[in-house]
Amino acid sequence: MSHIQTEPFVRITKRQDIKTAKAWLIRLISVVLALAVCGVVIYAMVKLNPIKVYAAMWKGAVGTPKRMLVTARDTVMLLCIGIGLAPAFKMRFWNIGAEGQILVGGIATAACMIYFGKTLPSWMLFAAMFVASMLAGALWSVVPAFFKARFKTNETLFTLMMNYVAIQLTSFFVAKWENPFGSNTVGIINQMTQAGWLPSLFGTQYMVNIILVLLLTVGMYVYLKYSKHGYEIAVVGESERTAKYVGINVQKVVVRTMSLSGAICGLAGFIAVAGSSHTISTSTAGGRGFTAIIVAWLAKFNTFVMILVSVLLVFLEKGAIQIASQFDLNDYASQMITGIILFFILGSEFFINYRLIFRHRKGGEAA
Amino acid sequence: MKRIITLLLALAMILSLVACGTAAKGSDDLKVGVILVGDENVGYDSAHIAGIKTAAAAVGIADDQIIWKYNIEEDESCYDTATDLVEQGCTYIISDSYGHQSYMQQAASENPDVTFISMTGDAAALSGLANFKNAFNYTYESRYVSGVVAGMKLAEMVANGEVPATSIDADGNIKIGYVGAYPYAEVVSGYTGFYLGVKSIVPNVAMTVTYTNSWYDPTAEAEAANSLISQGCVITSQHADSTGAPSACEAALEAGTPIYCVGYNIDMLSVAPKAALTSAQNNWSVYYTYALGCAVKGEEIKTDWAAGYAEGAVQISALGESCAAGTAEKVDEVIAAIKDGSLKIFDTANYTVGGAPVTTYLAIDTDGDWVGDTGEAIVNGVFEESVLRSAPYFGIRIDGITELQ
Repeated sequence: MSHIQTEPFVRITKRQDIKTAKAWLIRLISVVLALAVCGVVIYAMVKLNPIKVYAAMWKGAVGTPKRMLVTARDTVMLLCIGIGLAPAFKMRFWNIGAEGQILVGGIATAACMIYFGKTLPSWMLFAAMFVASMLAGALWSVVPAFFKARFKTNETLFTLMMNYVAIQLTSFFVAKWENPFGSNTVGIINQMTQAGWLPSLFGTQYMVNIILVLLLTVGMYVYLKYSKHGYEIAVVGESERTAKYVGINVQKVVVRTMSLSGAICGLAGFIAVAGSSHTISTSTAGGRGFTAIIVAWLAKFNTFVMILVSVLLVFLEKGAIQIASQFDLNDYASQMITGIILFFILGSEFFINYRLIFRHRKGGEAA
Repeated sequence: MKRIITLLLALAMILSLVACGTAAKGSDDLKVGVILVGDENVGYDSAHIAGIKTAAAAVGIADDQIIWKYNIEEDESCYDTATDLVEQGCTYIISDSYGHQSYMQQAASENPDVTFISMTGDAAALSGLANFKNAFNYTYESRYVSGVVAGMKLAEMVANGEVPATSIDADGNIKIGYVGAYPYAEVVSGYTGFYLGVKSIVPNVAMTVTYTNSWYDPTAEAEAANSLISQGCVITSQHADSTGAPSACEAALEAGTPIYCVGYNIDMLSVAPKAALTSAQNNWSVYYTYALGCAVKGEEIKTDWAAGYAEGAVQISALGESCAAGTAEKVDEVIAAIKDGSLKIFDTANYTVGGAPVTTYLAIDTDGDWVGDTGEAIVNGVFEESVLRSAPYFGIRIDGITELQ
């Protein structure tokens, strides 16, 4: 009797559970594969030795103490936003509005520096900047949260639209505070007095940024994992009905969590303006509000894993800049390399969550 | 006797070789960093790139001694780039755009051993930093000459009856237009120079200036040009870096509207062979040869440097086919007059504000309110541009020019 093959060549099934070590092995393999594919692409396109290109990436990101510091500064900036997004996404509230929340936080910080820089004593100025940035960010996220909780509006679109409002608002303030008049840039704020600039700590620039964000990392980890609020966020994220059934006030949790999320993103604006750029422009957020979504999701809201993801992303970015400069390529070539590496890393998550089952060579008699 | 001459010659050769050797050795470990707001595709930046390359070749700086940084925005990334160039061993760092200045100044204050040159900037003298420099060309001179070219064309159009009635305003002035980047002194000085050049040939002109709020935005520049054309302007010029406006003019001219244009930096004939008359250009190699020459010799660079036609630092590009007869001769005559000083472009006899001549203007702002509080610019009835500092400070809005905001 002839047999009809019914089993497909390959089947995909969801893994029930996977050992941490195995998951990390898969991730490691994906990085190695990504580097190999990039090597082929690099050689095929620009005829460069891939090893030299990777060496250049390393040099660009951590080659000198100063570069290491800049990489660390940009890493904690990205990390801070990721931390801000984590509670919202864990609650399955699609906060696409980090970009805007950072910008309004930055505007609030810059406003304090410009208007109170000469009058307030240093500690009061920092306190004002700190609080104002968090309030501004929280305000920007509470508006969509309120409408979501009250009228079931779509938060993805709402938060996205709030970004555009924030960008326009930034342009407005840039035009208002432009320095010099007519140049349409704010330039460095309080260049002479350095009022409202986060000071160097242990003789190192950006140290305050790093310490602030590391504190947040620990704080958010504990908040999400061990606090009652964190538990409520998890329940609302898994199922709103369950949350209602066990007596959780979903509307309250949504608004509260989003205020927190926005406040931390606003704080990221404070760190960007007071701690590193000392200026404000539409590029203060620079797309990091979107990149941080990748950070939050890849790390599955574990803030310590977020450190790793942020380091990787910033490392790739700095490496790409160095490749472009050192080998006189345009930015696009080096961004392709970044793209390939990211693709593989995101792809590895598929193999961690699912398993491929190949058809047995010897036949499908089992059917 | 012969032997002595041979000996002397040999000695001279050896000495010159040694001299060359030491000169080369002095500049061998020199590293120059260049921060550009755009890349070679942008006219403004390509002019700087060409200037630096010419200068480097002239003073003996090799290609691998220059680190180029393209597309650096006028924000904190400029500061990051400048500090990174210092890390890479650069002792001279040049930035080409005005908006880079405050970040360059910040880096200069933190790295006193490195010389920072903020091209077109205006803060070096006031900053009090010994390692922070500014430079600018007398661009208003080439603007004026390009205005003369436009004026010759306009006179020809008037003579041939090619100026439509809609292009003449209620006061009998012919409408011309200008696409500006940002409303501040560098742009005002440039468009006023252009306007006075046109006016020196055709006295009854009125100019409208519209701003794009960007140094480089092809779409916005084309839109601005189209809006000027629809208002009836028959000549446009620009202080913006793309070919957007000339392309728009060429399209309108093809469609039958009389419109000619004067560009900036790039020769526009490739995109607007009929509409483009000429472009006002900077020859940055004059400054860069001076500055990099100082770097090689280890000499101090001037805090403010400015030069014009007399030094060959400004020029206009080749005249287009549409230029009026006699333009080349007129241009030579005007350039000669600028060079020998008999023509003062900003002579207060040439313009008025509110119908009255300008008698005083304070050029330098020291207290940060954007209003000059020191430095009288008008000397013996002439506004002396770029003398008190290299960056232009002619911020007077003269009669006959309307700014749209």
